[in-house]
Amino acid sequence: MAERVRKAFSIRRLPGFTTVTMICFAALYAPIIVIVLYSFNAGDSVALWEGFSLDWYTVAAQNEQVQDATLRSLLIALWASGIATTLATMAALGTTRTAKFPGSTLIYVLINQPLMVPEIVTAVALLIFFASIKVATGYSGLAYLILAHAAFCVPFAYLPIRARLEGMDRVLEIAAADLYATPWQTFRRVTLPLVAPGIVAGAMLAFVISLDDVIITEFVKSAGQDTLPTYMLGQLRRAVTPEVNAISTALLGLTILLLTAFFILTGRNDKSA
Amino acid sequence: MTLEAGQPRSLEAEATNRRIRRNWLLSLPAILLLLVAASGPLLIVLVYSFLKPGDFSGVVWEPSFNAWFQILFSRDIFDDTVGLADAHLTIFWRSVRLSLSTTLITLVLGLPTAYFIATRSGRQRTFWLFLITIPFWTNLLIRTFAILEMLRNEGIVNNSLMSLGLIAEPIQILYTDTAVLIGMAYVYLPLMVLPLYAAIERLDFRLVEAGYDLYANRLQVFRKVILPIIKPGIVAGSILVFVPSLGAYVTPRVLGGGKNMMIGNFIELQFGQGRNWPLGSSLSILLLLIVMAALLFYVRASSREEPHG
Repeated sequence: MAERVRKAFSIRRLPGFTTVTMICFAALYAPIIVIVLYSFNAGDSVALWEGFSLDWYTVAAQNEQVQDATLRSLLIALWASGIATTLATMAALGTTRTAKFPGSTLIYVLINQPLMVPEIVTAVALLIFFASIKVATGYSGLAYLILAHAAFCVPFAYLPIRARLEGMDRVLEIAAADLYATPWQTFRRVTLPLVAPGIVAGAMLAFVISLDDVIITEFVKSAGQDTLPTYMLGQLRRAVTPEVNAISTALLGLTILLLTAFFILTGRNDKSA
Repeated sequence: MTLEAGQPRSLEAEATNRRIRRNWLLSLPAILLLLVAASGPLLIVLVYSFLKPGDFSGVVWEPSFNAWFQILFSRDIFDDTVGLADAHLTIFWRSVRLSLSTTLITLVLGLPTAYFIATRSGRQRTFWLFLITIPFWTNLLIRTFAILEMLRNEGIVNNSLMSLGLIAEPIQILYTDTAVLIGMAYVYLPLMVLPLYAAIERLDFRLVEAGYDLYANRLQVFRKVILPIIKPGIVAGSILVFVPSLGAYVTPRVLGGGKNMMIGNFIELQFGQGRNWPLGSSLSILLLLIVMAALLFYVRASSREEPHG
């Protein structure tokens, strides 16, 4: 009975909204699907379908510049997400589950600063700053890129860890202290295992964010330090090749994989918390 | 605080001090990293905006307001008269116009989408939410590149329009303002949908029901009940879209093709071929100030809304 009434007049329904939604999702996915499809195209056209093949993946995989850029991207992302997650975990422990203290707002604003300042402005600032250090020290290695990436990854690692900590009960830690555990033992045996899903989730977000970065990398990198995204940007300037389709699809696959894992991790969080 | 501290009170104060010291020590490494590789260098940009440009690149350490003057005005090299810098104004106007249009388009498309997702139940909602999150986390460059593919003269859009007989020859969409607008709307749509979803999800449908009970029609319920309640979500989404649109660099570079610059590309130009680091610096600080003003407006607006929500 209630079911039939709802069908006749649902208070939740608004006319036209479903149509707009479907158009939205179609528009969001059509371009991505085209890229993925044409990465498997046998011909070298990006407009004409000439049959299925994995040729462009082979071409991309055998391109030395692509190999180089991929390794560099992964290396930077590993270092940056590692550093960012470690520092973000410490900062999260220092700023959650505690009363407001002098400077707590300042710390919060500083940590989240990369989310607020336009990336192009940070990129320009780092270009100026690192350029003078490069001249002064003569060192122009990957450390600049790793530092820059680690910095803008901090808020992305910090937020999930903070969320996890805030949802955690103090009871277990108090129990550990009651049972004569030292603060370090309590941290190692009780706090850390409980926050672990948040830390892993934060590390994965940081990894994806570092892997995706274009603007800051483009401004900070020295000659011959292309990452996968800056290599692709350089390619786009010349001509669109199916090779870029193949690289894009591979990156897309990696992102979806990490995201799914992230969703599963944080989803499990909510149930246990 | 002004009370005489007795014995237990000073013990308590000592514990508080120890806690504050511990919190600061734990946060210190992250703060140092961000000061070195994010916040600190912004101060250098501020300083550079008040210096003179070097001959090839860099700066000459002489104080000057010229870079700030150059943002809006130009001095004629022959008769030294001061006029408005038309080229700069065109770029600013394009940036603001495109960012506002992007915000509006994403709002018109994003609101129904967010409403649709928020009114699903259980697993369906998770599914649609996941579908909106995938493009959100997909590399911005890949998404811009996907739009490039669609809009090319031999791309899907032109091909289907031609095969439908609507146009005889491909229309040039790529490398126009329209292409940049389509690209930014595409790229930033999830940023609009997610905060709107969060606002609509909390909507109490008993209020909507009350509206209908009092003989309001759908349009009236939407305008008088739903819109005012989800306004904080609309403000949040609009700021989240407007801010990155204004500072956009990749999308206008790939889809606008060099001529249709926005502020972000213009800033880069000053550090590249333009060889005017001070002007690039003053433009960066200006962009930063506008973004900060928008964020401050958002914080004010949302804290004013809170007691009602």
